[in-house]
Amino acid sequence: MKAFTYERAKTPAEAAAIVARMPGAKFLAGGTNLLDLMKLQIEAPSHLVDVQDLGLDRIEKAPDGGLRIGALVTNTTLAADERVRRDYGVLTRAIVAGASGQLRNKATTAGNLLQRTRCPYFYDTNQACNKRRPGSGCAAIGGYSRQLGVIGVSKSCIATYPGDMAVALRVLDARVETVNAQGATRTIPIAEFHRLWGDTPHIETALAPGELITAVSLPAPIGGRHLYQKVRDRASYAFALVSVAAVIQPDGSGRVAFGGVAPRPWRVEAAEALLPQGARAVVTRAFAGATTSSENAFKVPLAERTLASVIAQAKG
Amino acid sequence: MSEPNDVRDDVIVSRRGILVGGAASAAVSAIPASAGAAAPQPGPATMTVSFSVNGRKQDLVLDTRTTLLDALREHLHLTGTKKGCDHGQCGACTVIVDGKRINSCLSLAVQHQGDAITTIEGLGMPDDLHPMQQAFIRHDGFQCGYCTPGQICSAVAVLDEIKAGVPSHVSENLTGPMRPTNMELRERMSGNICRCGAYSNIAEAMADVAGVDAAGERA
Ligand SMILES: Cc1cc2nc3c(=O)[nH]c(=O)nc-3n(C[C@H](O)[C@H](O)[C@H](O)COP(=O)(O)OP(=O)(O)OC[C@H]3O[C@@H](n4cnc5c(N)ncnc54)[C@H](O)[C@@H]3O)c2cc1C
Ligand code: SF4
Ligand code: FES
Ligand code: FES
Repeated sequence: MKAFTYERAKTPAEAAAIVARMPGAKFLAGGTNLLDLMKLQIEAPSHLVDVQDLGLDRIEKAPDGGLRIGALVTNTTLAADERVRRDYGVLTRAIVAGASGQLRNKATTAGNLLQRTRCPYFYDTNQACNKRRPGSGCAAIGGYSRQLGVIGVSKSCIATYPGDMAVALRVLDARVETVNAQGATRTIPIAEFHRLWGDTPHIETALAPGELITAVSLPAPIGGRHLYQKVRDRASYAFALVSVAAVIQPDGSGRVAFGGVAPRPWRVEAAEALLPQGARAVVTRAFAGATTSSENAFKVPLAERTLASVIAQAKG
Repeated sequence: MSEPNDVRDDVIVSRRGILVGGAASAAVSAIPASAGAAAPQPGPATMTVSFSVNGRKQDLVLDTRTTLLDALREHLHLTGTKKGCDHGQCGACTVIVDGKRINSCLSLAVQHQGDAITTIEGLGMPDDLHPMQQAFIRHDGFQCGYCTPGQICSAVAVLDEIKAGVPSHVSENLTGPMRPTNMELRERMSGNICRCGAYSNIAEAMADVAGVDAAGERA
C-alpha cells in the first residue's frame, strides 16, 4: 500500500471540501472495497477522509412516505430495518445476497453503490485496462470474458457493475443525495447515477470530484411481490453471473432490473412493460443489441430463465 | 517506521500524543491535512489510536496503513486472529467490534478510535473457554485449526444476529423472527472458509450452543 495521511471530517461539506481541494484525496467509508484495491495499488490515494463521524448513519421516514437512508448506514442495518423488510423486501433480499455477514456489517450504503468492477484484468496490474489506466487498452476484449458485460458495454471496456444492492435500488426508483465542496446539495436519480461509460470507462458515476453522497432516498412503498434472484458459481459469497430484481404486482405487471450484465443495473422500462407476456418477451426487448462473446453469451438465456423463475415465484 | 518487537515501545504516555520510548517512536506523528494544508506529506505517516481490546485499553502509534489485523497481531501480539487472504475473502481475520463481526484485514486500525474489540483471546482462554469454544471441541469443529478463531468469533456473532432478527439470503420470511436452522447457520457462516472442510461439524457446534436441532427447533 502507498503511504497516505488520514483524517476524520466533522461535517459533510467539510469532507467534500477537503477531497475537492486535495489532489489524490478520497473518502473512506467501511473501507471494504477501497482498502482491498489500495493493497493491490489499483487505488493509491495520498489522503483519506474518513466519513464515519458525519452523523449519516440513520434511516428516517421521509415526508413523501418513503425512507431516507443515510450514506453511512451499514448494509446489515439497512437489510434488517423493519420498514425495509416489510415495504422494500427486494432491497433486503439483494443486500443479503451479496458479500458475507462480516463484510455487510462494515460496508455502507454509499460505499456499496460506489464499489468498483470485478473484471479480472482490472485486478491484474500487469494487464492493459482502460478503466485502471485510461488509454492502455482492454485485455478483457478477446480474453477471459465469462464474468463480463453483454449489454451497455463499449469498445473501450466490457466490465460490469458488480453490486447487488443497486439493482434493487434501480427497481425502487431510489434517489442519491449529495453535497459538494461549496455546500450545494443535489439529487441524482439512480437511473442516471452509474454511467454508460463509452470511451471513458474510468468515469463510472455522475458524481463530480469531491462530491459526497449524504443519503439514498426511497419513494413511498409500491406494494407487490419483492424478489431478488442471483445466479452465481457457488451458493453463497460470490458475485452474480446474472441477477434479477423484481417487484411484481398481482395483475402480473411490475418492474424488473438485471445485475451482472452491464456497466449499471440494467432496467429497460419498455421491456418490463412486457412482463405480463412472460420472461422471453421482456429479455428479448431488454437485451436487444447485446454484444456477447462466446464465453459470456450464456448470460442472455440465463437472464431469461432467471426471470422466468422469478415470475413463477411471484405467482406462487 | 521500524517495527518494534516489544509493543511497549509503541505506547504513548501522554494524552496529547507526545511519544516516549525507543528508536521506533522517532517516526513523525500525523499532520492532519484539514486546515487549508497543502500537499500531503511524503513518506509514511503515523498516527496515534486508542481502542480497547478484550477489555484492556490500548494506545498505539501506527503507520496509517496498518490494518486492524496487523495491529492486533504484530503490535499487540494477539496472534489468535489469523491472516488468510488479507482481502476479505476467507474470514480467518474475523473479530468482533462493538458487538459486530468484521474482517479485520479490510479495516484500518485508525478507523477504530474508541472502539471495543473482542478477539478469540477475549472470548475465552484454555482455562476458561467460551461455550462456543467448548462446542467446537465437543463436535470436532476443526482439523488444522487455522480458520478456527475466525470461525468461532463469527459463530458467536451469528447467533446474536439471528436473535436480533437480521435476515439472511435463505430466510424465507423476511418479517418473522429468524431461526437458527442448519441452512441458516451455513449461509450465515459462508464468509468463513475452512480449507479442511469442517463445515458440518461447525454448524453442529453452533446448533448445540443455540440449543436447537438441525431444523432449528428447540432441542
Ligand atoms: C470478498 C468480497 C466479496 C464481495 N461480494 C459482494 C457481492 O456478492 N455483492 C456485492 O454487491 N458486493 C460484494 N462485495 C463488495 C462490497 O459490497 C463492497 O466492498 C462494499 O459495499 C463497499 O462499501 P464500503 O463502505 O466498505 O466502501 P469503501 O471501500 O469505504 O468505499 C468504496 C468507494 O466509495 C467511496 N465512498 C464511500 N463513501 C462515500 C460517500 N459517502 N460519498 C462519496 N464517495 C464515497 C470511496 O471513496 C471509495 O471509492 C464484496 C466484497 C468483498 C471484499
Ligand atoms: S473490461 Fe474494462 S475493467 Fe476489464 S480490462 Fe477491459 S477496460 Fe479494464
Ligand atoms: S484474512 Fe481477512 S478475510 Fe481473509
Ligand atoms: S480447520 Fe483447517 S482450515 Fe478450517
